[in-house]
Amino acid sequence: MTDTSTIAGAPPKIEITGLDKAFGRNRVLNDLNLSVGRQESLVVIGGSGTGKSVLLKCILGLLRPDAGSIKVDGQEATRLNAREQEELSAKFGMLFQGAALFDSLPIWENVAFGLLAKKEVSRRGARDVAISNLAKVGLREEVAFQYPAELSGGMKKRVGLARAIATKPEILFFDEPTTGLDPIMSGVINNLIVEQVRNLGATAVTITHDMASARTIADRIAMLYEGHIIWSGRVDEIDSSGNPYVEQFIHGRAEGPIGTEVAR
Amino acid sequence: MIGILAIIGRTVIQFLTAIGSATLFTLQAIRYLVTPPFYFRAFIRQILEIGYFSLPVVGLTALFTGAVLALQIHVGGARFNAESTVPTIVVIAITRELGPVLAGLMVAGRVGAAMAAEIGTMRVTEQIDALSTLSTNPFRYLVAPRLLAGTLMLPCLVFVGDIIGVLGGFMIGTQKLDFNPGTYMHNTAQYLELVDVVSGLVKAGVFGFVIALMGCYYGYHSKGGAQGVGAATTNAVVSAFVMILITNYFITELFFAQ
Repeated sequence: MTDTSTIAGAPPKIEITGLDKAFGRNRVLNDLNLSVGRQESLVVIGGSGTGKSVLLKCILGLLRPDAGSIKVDGQEATRLNAREQEELSAKFGMLFQGAALFDSLPIWENVAFGLLAKKEVSRRGARDVAISNLAKVGLREEVAFQYPAELSGGMKKRVGLARAIATKPEILFFDEPTTGLDPIMSGVINNLIVEQVRNLGATAVTITHDMASARTIADRIAMLYEGHIIWSGRVDEIDSSGNPYVEQFIHGRAEGPIGTEVAR
Repeated sequence: MIGILAIIGRTVIQFLTAIGSATLFTLQAIRYLVTPPFYFRAFIRQILEIGYFSLPVVGLTALFTGAVLALQIHVGGARFNAESTVPTIVVIAITRELGPVLAGLMVAGRVGAAMAAEIGTMRVTEQIDALSTLSTNPFRYLVAPRLLAGTLMLPCLVFVGDIIGVLGGFMIGTQKLDFNPGTYMHNTAQYLELVDVVSGLVKAGVFGFVIALMGCYYGYHSKGGAQGVGAATTNAVVSAFVMILITNYFITELFFAQ
């Protein structure tokens, strides 16, 4: 099925057509089509092992798809050399599932890493920017001089978010932003994501299987199953999708068209 | 029958794939080594890690190797009245072979393992992916500084180790084997040629490169959590050991074969 529900007229920020990716004989993505409009927040939902992370890594250029096209701002992103990929990456900010903070560096240097990499600021200036970005995600200045190992899971996620927004990216990616957090901290992270995406005027792509998170973050939801998008629509349409797969997923039913791989 | 052929075929293909990917990795690493931008802070950190912090272990190894060489050569030499050759043989053995090889093995165990574990953990916790999304090439930031620091620091370590090794022989020679200190030093210097020391330092540079390369390569390609990082560490150390011993032979051949 093709994806048609972006804002009419405006060219999409990200346009994916016919994307295939296999690992050995395991076809993870199979003719996947998806587009994300400018300043839209898209949440891709789907069960574990349905290829959500692979999709994200293909867009980020960390994995090379076997076939198909990914266009960012109309520019083909799947066949770039190292230098072009680095330039494209400058448009991206990413919050990793485990935060993926660099544990050999203090928090402020983690947050300012992207700025220091571009060599546009001094270390002194980068530290001030890092501290102001930490404030945006509700962390005090002292945290800046601690190391990642000293922080709790929720704080690491916040630092990860501060790092992702520090370079003022045009597109933000969130990989399971609430996994491993308690419900209250999940709520905090969800609100921060919504707030920061809005402040930056960024386009956001989130992958999750947490429906509460999806409902908070999303303008639009797409469901990934067996390597392609089986449904997509506005967030308020999801409860009346009429799609049995979506119904089963959002209500968390064990019985339904999506087979569980558990032997009985 | 088909099953056996399939197993052989698969093993051969895996072996060739591994060689190919290691070669590509090396070429890519060298390319990023010689083109800017360079990460100076990361390089300094590796200089300290590989050079400075390995000094005690390399020094200790050299000291006892020099000492035991003096003892053994004295025993051997006494069998045909050639005890006076102790200082000469100690210094040649240390500078040509034992200094670089033993230092290489010790540093491979200390630094190669640490590199594989650190980079491997960065891989499985997505820190390497995070580098890419922050406009930083992981080869430039992680691999190139380690390769350069390894190649430059191991000769320095071996040079210091050479001196300490000779000192170990000197201590045993003068305290236990009744050498006159002046005579011992004179004999050490008299027959030592520049090529003895230089060949050892060239070996050290190659070993340093190999150690860092194996540490980075296995770390970079590790997968599957704690177990994968453990396997990467083992592979990095074992392959560095094997490559040190093999390249040692060929460099010796290059320098001294008639």
